[in-house]
Amino acid sequence: MDSRSLDVPGAAGLDAAKVTDYNSWGRYPQVKHQAVHRPSWPDQLPELLQTAPRGSTLPYGLGRSYGDTCLNEGRDLIDCSRLDRFLAFDPEQGRIRCEAGVSLAQILELAIPRGWFLPVTPGTKFVTVGGAIANDVHGKNHHRSGTFGHHLSRLALLRSDRGLLLCTPEQNPGLFRATIAGLGLTGVIAWAEFQLRRIPSSWLQVETVAFRSLEQFLALTAESDAQFEYTVAWIDCFSGPHLRGIFFRGNHASAADLQLASASGPGVPFPLPEWLLNRFTMRWFNAAYFHKHALRRGRSLVSYEPFFYPLDSVRKWNLIYGKSGFLQYQCVIPEAAASAFQQLLSLISDSQMGSFLGVAKRFGSVPPAGMLSFPRPGLTFALDFPMRGERTLRLMQALDRVVLESGGALYPAKDARMSSQMFQRSFPEWRAFLPYVDPKLSSSFWRRVTSE
Amino acid sequence: MQKIVVLGATSAIAQAVERRLASEGKEFLLVARSPQRLQELEADLRVRGARQVLTLSSDLADSSQHSALLDFAHKQFSGFDTVLLAYGTLSDQRECRHSAALAEREWHTNFTSPAALLTLFADHFEPLKAGCIAAITSVAGDRGRRSNYVYGAAKGGLSLFLQGLRSRLHPSGVHVITIKPGPVDTPMTAHLPRTPMLANPDSVARDICRALKKRSPDVLYTPRIWQYIMLALRIIPEFVFKRLSL
Repeated sequence: MDSRSLDVPGAAGLDAAKVTDYNSWGRYPQVKHQAVHRPSWPDQLPELLQTAPRGSTLPYGLGRSYGDTCLNEGRDLIDCSRLDRFLAFDPEQGRIRCEAGVSLAQILELAIPRGWFLPVTPGTKFVTVGGAIANDVHGKNHHRSGTFGHHLSRLALLRSDRGLLLCTPEQNPGLFRATIAGLGLTGVIAWAEFQLRRIPSSWLQVETVAFRSLEQFLALTAESDAQFEYTVAWIDCFSGPHLRGIFFRGNHASAADLQLASASGPGVPFPLPEWLLNRFTMRWFNAAYFHKHALRRGRSLVSYEPFFYPLDSVRKWNLIYGKSGFLQYQCVIPEAAASAFQQLLSLISDSQMGSFLGVAKRFGSVPPAGMLSFPRPGLTFALDFPMRGERTLRLMQALDRVVLESGGALYPAKDARMSSQMFQRSFPEWRAFLPYVDPKLSSSFWRRVTSE
Repeated sequence: MQKIVVLGATSAIAQAVERRLASEGKEFLLVARSPQRLQELEADLRVRGARQVLTLSSDLADSSQHSALLDFAHKQFSGFDTVLLAYGTLSDQRECRHSAALAEREWHTNFTSPAALLTLFADHFEPLKAGCIAAITSVAGDRGRRSNYVYGAAKGGLSLFLQGLRSRLHPSGVHVITIKPGPVDTPMTAHLPRTPMLANPDSVARDICRALKKRSPDVLYTPRIWQYIMLALRIIPEFVFKRLSL
């Protein structure tokens, strides 16, 4: 007998959580859900899917998608974060199998002391494996290693209409490709198996180089991508026509130890007042950040934690944007259209509405792992914007036009507002994806971008 | 502490405790009802570093299965040094108030069956002059409140039982730890209104693991603040307390 065995109200002893706790990371849009179910064991999932009405529910991980891909306004969510058990791990081969609610942070805790690291990691470790698959996340090593989906060998998918299905590149290959970057719409991922990357130490040899023009950035990228496993640039979005930023490039260091970084530091206790982040403070922050790193050019040995997850050290950092939340704009632009990149930066700089942490990187040319995968050859650029109503949305529409004309795309995981035409033009495989959507599943994002 | 028997091993708090101990290479005998869940739990703890994991499917509320359980532990898991009792139910207290049958079942699961089971473990440890018995009761057992006195009565009874057991086993060097969590964010509390006081299972587990290793304190309140809250609640005179809608 255990605590769930008797008399606990709710279907099958399921935990119905308080619905207002479920937001996306950008805290925009704020929506109300009807019910949130929190299964603790995989055996609770089939009934949950069976009893759900058509198009009514959506698996939810740790809510680190920025916009509305993880939201389901007026309908239900299945919070999968308690489905976080490991099923198998081979410390010799580095192959790991776990339930979809396991977070990347939990995997690092297990893997690093044994000399393994994630094959691909996004900028936060507080995402679930299910979320990493559903958004086919990328990282600073995209030019070498592609996306998370490229390292996935098998997954088990629970469908409301077909039960539990094993999906691999050979078995149910269509469903496999649809589930990678499938935004959680193709079924509930019961477990997944993927390959970790061997590391000699938990440290990275990192170089920082300042650049003062787009040409310099492109030259640095071209030069670095061959020699460095990880490359990324920080861009000062207030720098106007003379782009400036800092280029970070690194490799796993060979001579050091395998050491787990200690737990996180302070947190943001409540949504901060919105006047705090204005164009003066943000301009100042960007300039200070630039000069700090520009002065300190050179090589250093850095732990994996500050290199990959600088923002994880501040819990709930999204609250600095206040009650209205923020939007992140992440686009990719074909490299041939580098002028479009300059155009975007001018629009943003003129608007004075950007904030800190503009990030740019060149994607590699690996073919996408999923039907709706976002990364494609070209330059990607991401920047946060405090949500200031119409003004912010109008700026983004202007950016959309540049991206669309250049043949680029927006990242669904970061999006809360792109038009359905924009989505459908930049993700042409969406029609081929449609038949793979589980009839019981839907999301706010999906209804928005398929509305016409 | 190296070899631990967990009764109600698939409960949320038990799992959080097991995960922490597994990463330190401890050995487990996991007892719970569902064989399937036990199997999943076993795989998870092995990956996390447990040196040995045995499982036994048993309905602990059924006291007739208790002696078979002890036999199994004796034969297959000999030399175990710690027992953690972590099962219990929290039924809808408004229904319990008016249903003697429901209340009786609640008392059986939360008091009679754990007390019976721990009696067997006490007799096992006493002649060995070593070992540790830890059981999860609740702050709800510290004072009868109108909102949950049916559950509270069982947990209070269990706390009292543990208190006596501790005194009995003290001369033989066997430790008894009474664990009193405040409300924890688990499936068991899902139907309660959410409050900021809802503790995270892992932080409760951290306190429990520390107590298991140190064999102290005798009575663990977790999170710590509940020690002071319950102290305050206990000293309110009855003629005032009965008027409070707690």
